[in-house]
Amino acid sequence: MLDVFASGFSGLIAGFLHLSMPNIIMIVIGGILLFLGIKKDFEPLLLVPIGFGCILVNIPLADLMEPGGFLRTIYEAGIMTELFPLLIFVGIGAMTDFEPVLENPITFLLGAAGQFGIFLTLALALALGFKELEAVSIGIIGACDGPTAIYVTSQYAPHLLGAVSVAAYSYMSLVPLIQPPIMRALTTEKERTTVMKAHKKTVSPTTKLLFPLVITILGGLIAPKGLPLLGTIMLGNLMRESGAVERLTKASQNEIANVVTLLLGISIGATMDGRVFLQPQTLIVLCLGFIAICLDTACGVFLGKVLYVFTGGKVNPLIGAAGISAFPMSARVVMREGQKYNKKNYLLMHAMGANAGGQIGSVIAAAVMLSVLKGMGII
Amino acid sequence: MSVELLSPIPGKVMKVFVKAGETVNEDDEVMRIESMKMENPIYAPASGKITEVLVKENDEVETDDLLLVIED
Repeated sequence: MLDVFASGFSGLIAGFLHLSMPNIIMIVIGGILLFLGIKKDFEPLLLVPIGFGCILVNIPLADLMEPGGFLRTIYEAGIMTELFPLLIFVGIGAMTDFEPVLENPITFLLGAAGQFGIFLTLALALALGFKELEAVSIGIIGACDGPTAIYVTSQYAPHLLGAVSVAAYSYMSLVPLIQPPIMRALTTEKERTTVMKAHKKTVSPTTKLLFPLVITILGGLIAPKGLPLLGTIMLGNLMRESGAVERLTKASQNEIANVVTLLLGISIGATMDGRVFLQPQTLIVLCLGFIAICLDTACGVFLGKVLYVFTGGKVNPLIGAAGISAFPMSARVVMREGQKYNKKNYLLMHAMGANAGGQIGSVIAAAVMLSVLKGMGII
Repeated sequence: MSVELLSPIPGKVMKVFVKAGETVNEDDEVMRIESMKMENPIYAPASGKITEVLVKENDEVETDDLLLVIED
């Protein structure tokens, strides 16, 4: 009789006995992510499910990430198939107004410059001894775009997925802290106070409607491997601009994006098993990701400076910093910084152009990279 | 001489901090316009007396719409 109780009781403490040090550390990290999301408002929509997923997967014996476990099922259905990031992209396309870019196409260049960090970091990761496909996945953190990073990493370096996505999302929320010092260091007082005139050129609805189609077909022909990314974002945008399918546009922006964000977050958290995550490699990935975003900002500002010279001082180089994909956060940072130096400077719409350019730029950069790798026979 | 303040950005007027007849200093915040889900402070272009305020809270404004006039 007593034996039965004893063995029953041992069943209840088995979890505690199997709790390893890495599990405990990861549960604490999960807690920190939750804290940052809930109390500090750092991308709560992502950090809350990621943090919780991280805690879940580090509770021993529950086997949530083993075959048949519910996290594993979600992961296999949405991340391994790349469906989740692509569905998010439909939503992003439906949410993004590319008008500021179309109004001032020169800002598109800034969106391209903001992607150099990806390639510089890729080179750095290769130099540090990462394999090609790992280096690609690390460099893509510099896209400053969660879904792009997840898409690429899940395909080519799934073992780095936890580290890469945590880096991508947490740095994205740190953009307001990371960018201003770099922007300040690279520009002169005179450049920063440059006032940019408001644009009043209006873009015709036809242009806005044709834009997603042209980009899809042209981009797809140049970089076929990136077509899923480009195609989904442009589908969302076409639906938005057409105005004909408002229900689908709204669903993509809200319901679909929300449901997928939840599932995406929890399955990313589920890749953060202490045994895999707690390795020196993770720390290096986090550092490289940070470098990638700093380099992006620097490259964008540099091109901004070049444009400043070429236009005879009409472009404020600060808007170059918005050439990354963190939309619209980065444009807001630029607006705020610009006004700090000259209260009569309203860079918001110009920065939005660069920012929307960065949004497409990061997708195109990823697409180009994949197609180049394919051409080289690496994938 | 009068100085016109034109809206630097398109958006919605969230708050107007000044009334006609008040005096302001250059770079005082006179209103706040929401654009791209961001609150943007709008500062006085010059010091002087406000002769006219042409927008009120919740108005939608376009770039270059006249917001207020200052007599300096």
